[in-house]
Amino acid sequence: MTPRSAWRVAALMMVGMLLAACDRGHTRVEEGDATGVLHFGNGTEPQSIDPQIATGVPESRILEALFEGLVGKDPATLAPRPAVAESWEVTPDGLTYRFHLRADARWSDGTPLTAEDFRWSWWRALQPALGNEYAYMLFPIRNAEAFLDGKITDFSQVGVRVLDPRTLQVELTAPTPYFLQLVSHASYFPVPRHVVEKFGGTTDRFTAWTRPENIVSNGPFRLAGWKLNRYLRVEKNPLYWDAAHVRLNAIVFYPTENIATEERMYRSGQLHYTSDIPIDKIPGWRQHHPEQTWLNLYLGTYFYALNVAKPGLTDVRVRRALSMAIDRKTLVETVQKGINTPAYAMTPPGTLGYQPPKLFDFDPQQARRLLAEAGYPDGKGMPPLEILYNTHEQHRKIAVALQQMWKKYLNIDVGLVNQEWKVYLDTRKNMDYTIARFSWIGDYVDPNTFLDLWITGGGNNDTGWSNAEYDDLILHRIPAMKTQEERFAGFYRAESILMSEMPVIPIYTYANKHLVSPSVKGMPPNILDYYSFKDIYLEPAR
Amino acid sequence: MARFIWLRLLQAIPVLFVVITVTFFLVRFAPGGPFDQEKAVIPEVKRALEAQYHLDQPLLAQYGSYLRDLLHGDLGPSFKYPGRSVRELIVAGLPATAELGLYALLVAVVLGMAAGIVAALRPNTWRDYLSMSVAMAGICMPTLLLGPLLVLVFGIWLDWLPVSGWGDVPGDKILPSLTLGAAYAAYVARLTRGGMLEVLSQDYIRTARAKGLPERVVIFKHALRGGIIPVVSFLGPAFAGLLSGSFVVETVFQVPGLGRFFVQAAFNRDYTVILGTTIFFAVLIVVFNLLSDVLAAWLNPRVRGALQGGA
Repeated sequence: MTPRSAWRVAALMMVGMLLAACDRGHTRVEEGDATGVLHFGNGTEPQSIDPQIATGVPESRILEALFEGLVGKDPATLAPRPAVAESWEVTPDGLTYRFHLRADARWSDGTPLTAEDFRWSWWRALQPALGNEYAYMLFPIRNAEAFLDGKITDFSQVGVRVLDPRTLQVELTAPTPYFLQLVSHASYFPVPRHVVEKFGGTTDRFTAWTRPENIVSNGPFRLAGWKLNRYLRVEKNPLYWDAAHVRLNAIVFYPTENIATEERMYRSGQLHYTSDIPIDKIPGWRQHHPEQTWLNLYLGTYFYALNVAKPGLTDVRVRRALSMAIDRKTLVETVQKGINTPAYAMTPPGTLGYQPPKLFDFDPQQARRLLAEAGYPDGKGMPPLEILYNTHEQHRKIAVALQQMWKKYLNIDVGLVNQEWKVYLDTRKNMDYTIARFSWIGDYVDPNTFLDLWITGGGNNDTGWSNAEYDDLILHRIPAMKTQEERFAGFYRAESILMSEMPVIPIYTYANKHLVSPSVKGMPPNILDYYSFKDIYLEPAR
Repeated sequence: MARFIWLRLLQAIPVLFVVITVTFFLVRFAPGGPFDQEKAVIPEVKRALEAQYHLDQPLLAQYGSYLRDLLHGDLGPSFKYPGRSVRELIVAGLPATAELGLYALLVAVVLGMAAGIVAALRPNTWRDYLSMSVAMAGICMPTLLLGPLLVLVFGIWLDWLPVSGWGDVPGDKILPSLTLGAAYAAYVARLTRGGMLEVLSQDYIRTARAKGLPERVVIFKHALRGGIIPVVSFLGPAFAGLLSGSFVVETVFQVPGLGRFFVQAAFNRDYTVILGTTIFFAVLIVVFNLLSDVLAAWLNPRVRGALQGGA
């Protein structure tokens, strides 16, 4: 063999490999459209599909296909709608809910689903040994928190009562207008006691009950296959009470950790839906395929927290000056390609009709005046400040932009500190920072999920800020209020205190970003980025 | 020979012990823990979680019980994926990683040796320069760049090959194997060229040619056998490197392999998974190094003789 023929062999091998792959026929999306199978980019490999252990968004998507709570959500309006409970009543004081379960509710193995299943599941959710990170979602229930803390050991003192197999009564500590939203959350989903106990202890995190061959669920779909790091497949559950209205035959969830790869998968027809879009790709998609590019307001806020104990930042005028010197509009339009919305308060606008106060705007002159009043004219004598952020290109770009704005408008030099995610969390928790990037995604649609963070000593309040009137409003006065108007006025007052004291500097309201195939129907956008899989169907373009 | 192998295996024990010990303490001293996240966990729940995973015990006690479990072949449960054991994660990820590594090695050997031979036969001609420039580019270009580039050309523009996946659609194994194999192909090409050039100038090649043997026989029967010894000793570490270094390719092409777990585990502070995969890769590297040493010794008459004499 001459060198030329050695090359030839190598070239032939390559061509052979390519030819083997050439005839690829229809794309996965086209096949899915024809057979009713939704191919769903789901971000990451689910940590767990036990409703009382799982916490992330990818996990909640799968749980919402597999399980169903007492109450569901309308995907367009997010209003509560019947699910396992066909109806419910609330007493006028807003403290007692009575849920009536439908007669044909059952598990996917045919076992009837009763009120006792919910009582037991919620008991399990409140076992500290289980390590349920979402246990706090159940705290509005009377004595739930005391039970988790171990102050009460008798579960019959917790406000969950089975009146008969089809009636569950729940008593709350205080009126909680968003309680039905909580009940529709995955942390309130029932788990099958007869299956959980068969495969291990009740509070055991290492059991095999969620494996495809073992799991029993009660939602519109049931688990059909789960290949680690490859896919998780669910198929229509014929025993679901509303099976007649479930239009998809199956959903395949893919762990798409790399969003650049996910976008390429979408482009080559392997996915109907992507969990995200790389920010550099958005202008192109928006220009050429606006109908497939989803950018919708999301119930989440990106903000900077200030450590109010650090020199300089103890002065509220400095904190306000920093906030007023940020040109949010320019920031969002340039660094963010215009996909997010500038934020001037913690709570995103339009949270079920609540409009947050806007107490300040981009105002460099006023900012300089405040800084001078605080004793730092033209930034002179300002103690050193540093922006702490975790490793991510976008966080870095925003930090650099803010660094420049503070230099330009206030003449302050601010350093940048980049840390790996877990190190950053540690630094933040120990309050070993001056300024830190934060974000918060609401658990339910109500200002409370954004505002109860900042009470004195709150688990997520890593700013050291404390205000007696604010605490009183959030902890006592608002929970006692009867009407939504009153509550919203209370939150407006509380948020006005927060935004004039400025322990946190809101920067923008998130947008959720997805590529969605034109054949996907019945999936209206909403502020929670919630989808009701039973309502989704596929209609290929003709 | 047997004594040589035994000695090498004995040497591996302290190496592995040091790897385990250093990794165990390094991951524990890194700030942040497996249960830290954006939303603070209720203190009672966090305490319960730490108790479940014995993180509440003194570090040395944890180290002792880890070593004890390890001797029984138990790598422990994953922190990040409740209900899954480390052994299960390795077993789930290994087939794809091993297959990918094997194909990549094949790509490396076939392309690399072909290019190396071509270059060595016509040293300092355009063929040599071209092959070696491509090889140099292959070594320099990170997989992080080459992967998406190949995807763009073959997956999106030409639409010949799937852009991601592993065993889902026909042909989806080609691009990941090429991407991962490319850098190693380049090394193999350079090693082959060097080895061949050295051998081709030897007397016995001149003799073979003088005997009037066809060039094909001279190259493939006489020259290649000596020329590829450097390549063979490179193959063991290369395969271990392909297995443990495939995480970028696995991420770019959504290959459900071990590399993705390895890297994610470090970010998640999934202590048991970090340790388990590190130990696993350490064992692989030790074993493959040994294998390639044995193979190279067997191919090289001088070393073979020395070993037999010593035994």
